[in-house]
Amino acid sequence: MSKVTALADAVAKIPDGATLMIGGFMGVGSPHRVIDELVRQGKRDLTIIANDTARKGVDIGKLIDAGAVKRLVASHIGLNPETQKQMIAGQIAVELVPQGTLAERIRAGGTGLGGVLTATGVGTVVADGKPTVEIDGATFLVEKPLKADFALIAAWRADYYGNLQYQLTARNFNPAMAMAGATVIAEAHEIVPVGMIPPDSVETVGVIVDFLVAREG
Amino acid sequence: MDEKTLIAKRVALELVDGNLVNLGIGLPTMVATFLPAGIKVFFQSENGLIGLQPLPEPGTASESLTDAGGSPVSFIPGAAAFDSVASFGFIRGGHLDVTVLGGLQVDEGGQLANWMVPGKMVPGMGGAMDLVTGAKKVIVAMTHTAKGAPKILKKCDLPLTSVRRVSLIVTEMAVIEPTAEGLVLRETAPGVTVAEVVAATQATLIIPDHVPEMAIA
Repeated sequence: MSKVTALADAVAKIPDGATLMIGGFMGVGSPHRVIDELVRQGKRDLTIIANDTARKGVDIGKLIDAGAVKRLVASHIGLNPETQKQMIAGQIAVELVPQGTLAERIRAGGTGLGGVLTATGVGTVVADGKPTVEIDGATFLVEKPLKADFALIAAWRADYYGNLQYQLTARNFNPAMAMAGATVIAEAHEIVPVGMIPPDSVETVGVIVDFLVAREG
Repeated sequence: MDEKTLIAKRVALELVDGNLVNLGIGLPTMVATFLPAGIKVFFQSENGLIGLQPLPEPGTASESLTDAGGSPVSFIPGAAAFDSVASFGFIRGGHLDVTVLGGLQVDEGGQLANWMVPGKMVPGMGGAMDLVTGAKKVIVAMTHTAKGAPKILKKCDLPLTSVRRVSLIVTEMAVIEPTAEGLVLRETAPGVTVAEVVAATQATLIIPDHVPEMAIA
């Protein structure tokens, strides 16, 4: 069955205070239209899990500018001074996570794993308060899985069943996040007839996509 | 030759044909420009590409293809794109031969601090912690001092990026190799004396009988 939903209707399902995973890396591969609609609908008190907050006025940066975010889990905020300003002012609680650990925590959340063991961060401030385990003489941090109420995904192509295909570095966190969101909202550059994306090329399976944002106009 | 060009040229000599290499944003990116003749390497961009190369000509940028700094790039024949989970799998999993990163401080233990200055600069670690922990060879490419103050110290006072000992430090004054015994001065830059390096370094350096000059053109 078709997953196509009007943009405003799909975003209206997201309540204030929701935890959102948002795909993208410095805005590349972020769901631009969904983000704009979140701002337009005036969502508040959001928790955002994303690699970064892009730049001021760009993509996730628009949610920061709008004061919509109360908590952020990200690997990098260095290119968005507004995020740093709101963090220092205490308006946003920021948890900084090494990028590979962020990816694995999301993967764990989406694939039913109880956590991840990684050497990244051992002996640094990232390890504060976290258990460690010894495996074959090496020390690993125990990192907990991440899940979200909604995963907001950007794809290159979608079919009407919600099967998704990505392009180049616009892929980034999208496939893992699509698995870790209780509800998945995807937008694509193009929606093609079912069957146009061959099974071997499907990267996110349509059965886990709940809403596919309709084309504009 | 300016400082950064000299550092980039010297780092480029460390790359071996067939290497998988990750270059950090800024100075490390310049290393790609100075690859020795006959050396072909694969550059990884942690946002999901192996086989990165600069844009061949202006006006050919794709919104789906950028480097880890968000700048448009291109790719060589044989390139491959993948998601963030796979990308950091390469990095942590021992598949990345060389990573070149900038540094704020390196200490006598060869430990690097390069991701935050508490109270001043909190950009987040991005991929740096995974890169320093996981790459086979970690090269720190940085200026020897900052506003006259040594950056190679007895002990880092900034938060560490990893407890792993880095492989090599390349500055505009010297090449220094962290070893189990301490920091060994391997080379000096053209026109720089051993005494000048020692004076600009807070850490104790182990000085071999013969310290050659960097072999750069």
